[in-house]
Amino acid sequence: MTQWIPQTQWLAPMESYIALSAVMFFLGVAGVIARRNPLIVLMSIELMFNAANLALVTFAKLWGNNVGHIFAFLVITVAAAEAAIGLAIVVVAFRKQQYVDVDEASALKG
Amino acid sequence: MIAFWLLSFALIATGVFTITATKPVYSVVGLLGNFVVLAILYITLHAEFLAVIQIVVYSGAILILFLFVIALLSSGVKPFDIGPDRAPRIALPAAVFALVALCIVVFTVVRSAVTGAPNAPEGITGSPDAFGSVGDFGVALFTKNLLPFEVTALLLMVAVIGVVLLAGDERPAPLRRKPKARDLDRESIVKPVEKMVRR
Repeated sequence: MTQWIPQTQWLAPMESYIALSAVMFFLGVAGVIARRNPLIVLMSIELMFNAANLALVTFAKLWGNNVGHIFAFLVITVAAAEAAIGLAIVVVAFRKQQYVDVDEASALKG
Repeated sequence: MIAFWLLSFALIATGVFTITATKPVYSVVGLLGNFVVLAILYITLHAEFLAVIQIVVYSGAILILFLFVIALLSSGVKPFDIGPDRAPRIALPAAVFALVALCIVVFTVVRSAVTGAPNAPEGITGSPDAFGSVGDFGVALFTKNLLPFEVTALLLMVAVIGVVLLAGDERPAPLRRKPKARDLDRESIVKPVEKMVRR
């Protein structure tokens, strides 16, 4: 069933997977820092979630232990909850002020 | 090996496209490509079930949620007219910060040199072939890791209740005009039914 999956000796070294995960994580960080549209900020957060998942799956493969898979699965679930809550907040903010902008959302400033 | 470099190039390219897109819809498209490439990477890492979940949950549920919200917000006046991004002011510091942090992480990873040849992955069901398969994953999830699973279920329920409380509009929106008698006995909300004139 799994003949078409690359065998272990064909895999790229695990360091490259981890480095790729780091690159993706910091792409997400740059997106969160530099964008003002809250939707794109949320998508950058999803990028960071996925980078963490890639690292988890890589280490699960490295140690031959599927707890990393379980953890990645739970991260996906929590990411779904986070996206739902974040988008609801965006919708509420849009209803209140008819535009969406991360910089202008200062209602909790006190 | 070649496949890995192609996939990683595609992953980074779609990620860059996601964070630099001018419109949120383009961003969603970039993120979709990113998730698909990531699912292929999961398959190369023997995580077949996670690859399927990545497609189904991320591309199928979360991105559709994003699309729905974009469509909802765009239905008003002047959608997403929020002026220029912070990019001109902050792009350089952000890029420098991200690059420095990235260099630190990559340097640490390469120096610590994840040692130990990848041993033959062995799933909880015993057979090395089963690693990452649905059966292996399910047994591990429902026996050893049952508590995190239940806690996640509780978290999802809390999220659902929170979203309904936040975004659910308990008050009916005020009508812009007074309802006419013709509206009140309208039988379809899609299209006004032309009533026959009674004789």
